[in-house]
Amino acid sequence: MKRFTGFVIKEFYHIFRDYRTLLILFGIPAVQLLLFGYVITNEIKDARIAIYDASKDEVTRKISEKILSSGYFILEKNLNNYSQISQTFREGKTKLVIVFGSKFAEKLQQEGKAELQILGDASDPNTANILVNYATGIINNYLISIDIEQMPMRIIPEVRMQYNPELKGVFMFVPGIMAMLLMLISALMTSLSITREKELGTMELLLVSPLRPIQIIIGKVIPYVVLAFIDSCVILAMGNFVFGVPVQGNIILLLAECLLYITMALSLGILISSITSSQQVAMTISLMALMLPTILLSGFIFPVENMPVILQGLCYIMPPKYFITIIKDIMLKGNGFIYVWKDTVILAMFTVVFMMMSIKKFKIRLA
Amino acid sequence: MNDNIITVKNLVKKFGHFVANDHLNFEVRKSEIFGFLGANGAGKTTAIRILCGLSYPTSGEVKVGGFDIYNQRNQIKRNIGYMSQKFSLYDDLTVYENIRFYAGIYGLGRKEITTKAAMLIKRLDLEVARDKLIRDIPQGWKQKLAFSVAIIHDPKIVFLDEPTGGVDPITRRQFWNLIYEAARDGITVFVTTHYMDEAEYCDRVTIMVDGKIAALDTPSALKKTYDAANMNDVFLKLARAKPVA
Repeated sequence: MKRFTGFVIKEFYHIFRDYRTLLILFGIPAVQLLLFGYVITNEIKDARIAIYDASKDEVTRKISEKILSSGYFILEKNLNNYSQISQTFREGKTKLVIVFGSKFAEKLQQEGKAELQILGDASDPNTANILVNYATGIINNYLISIDIEQMPMRIIPEVRMQYNPELKGVFMFVPGIMAMLLMLISALMTSLSITREKELGTMELLLVSPLRPIQIIIGKVIPYVVLAFIDSCVILAMGNFVFGVPVQGNIILLLAECLLYITMALSLGILISSITSSQQVAMTISLMALMLPTILLSGFIFPVENMPVILQGLCYIMPPKYFITIIKDIMLKGNGFIYVWKDTVILAMFTVVFMMMSIKKFKIRLA
Repeated sequence: MNDNIITVKNLVKKFGHFVANDHLNFEVRKSEIFGFLGANGAGKTTAIRILCGLSYPTSGEVKVGGFDIYNQRNQIKRNIGYMSQKFSLYDDLTVYENIRFYAGIYGLGRKEITTKAAMLIKRLDLEVARDKLIRDIPQGWKQKLAFSVAIIHDPKIVFLDEPTGGVDPITRRQFWNLIYEAARDGITVFVTTHYMDEAEYCDRVTIMVDGKIAALDTPSALKKTYDAANMNDVFLKLARAKPVA
């Protein structure tokens, strides 16, 4: 045991003396979270729009006012005829044009319907979609408010976005970043630290010493378990205090799931380092084979349901997918263990499989 | 028989079709300096790795310190020290921390580590470098330190795999003084090298050619047998004697 403690202490020396490691460990999580939280956001504020109002009556003015005071849009310019629209889009600043048909209020009064056109700049399809939805929503709200006495029967849907009422992007990114960073730290850092010993030749010395191989592996891994765990706490705390991402569920369950995921990633790291003995290769494998799938195939950014069937199949063998599902369930929905046990079991199975594979590899290498 | 600390019988190690060690037979006596010579690729490192428990032989019987390498690995590990050609020390730890670490993994107590480390630093004249990182000290110091660390737990046998690679002749000479000291203290030294002049310093040498033992005797006996002026000639005669395909 004393031997083992000394070994773990040595590992911590390695980590704390290498500023690059420290930077990866604590700098990247903070920067990533801030980046994703502030920069990559699905919400749109102050989008520039143009209005072509052929009617210029009380109703169109009111609607325009509503739209401009919503906070989502600011007026770039008023157009005077239809032909200016394409010119306006070409200039590039305007993302949306709203066209009121002539005699808008009159038609609305008399015929019960009026013409309104919304044109979006779909060279950026996502933004266009969101803006059109915002504008439609505002117009509908207005119409409901004036119509309410005149129409005898109406279905008025009241929409509420469960678990993330304001549709904040950061609610999605905190779980995603957790999955990505814990994978990065655990798998990349352990595989690097083990291959480094191999490159230095110190691994041989350790293997010749009375330390058992399993002690060597566990000793190398423990510091990263601790640090990755601290990191998950930092990400959760930052998400909560800076971005207001709630933790609805049981925090202990949440941390326990993080620990399971960390263990899974570490066993992957060990597996990688048992395949190669060069830091370069270990790094490439970790980044290419682990990071990209974690970002692309885990449902972090792109919904799994929308992918082609083959890719969906691939997603199901990506451990991060299950972790993201689990922590979203716990953090946002406040679900207990009975809701996440299936994904937990799958994660645990991944862990066991990776562990067994790396132990086997390690033994073969010795022979 | 009782004087033999290492016995190797019919040791064979194959990598696929390549035979790295072809039926090796030898004994190493207690407290002798046993040299293992050969060109690069002759199978020296393979053999030393098997003796240290870093790899298993394909077949054959090997006993180290009286323990069987198949079943008694843990006992062997406690009784041997090992130094590889890379002088494996941790670059980002200081001299003192390296000593403490290696002493620690061999299970030395805290007090023992403190006294041993102090003694060792003094004997190697490393007082000035005690708290310097390994990456900042010269190669020759690293080599001496690596050797001292390999025998810090007073093993019965120390295995040195090309311990003098890449250092200058003077440092090599100094290093051999350390080896003599260790042997005087009763440690058996098993050393591989491809420097033939170093063979003269050994009590007995084995010359390996293409995975086989070509000769095993004291340096003077070998020179007599092969009618050579020095070990280099002995080696050349043996190496040339191999059948040309």
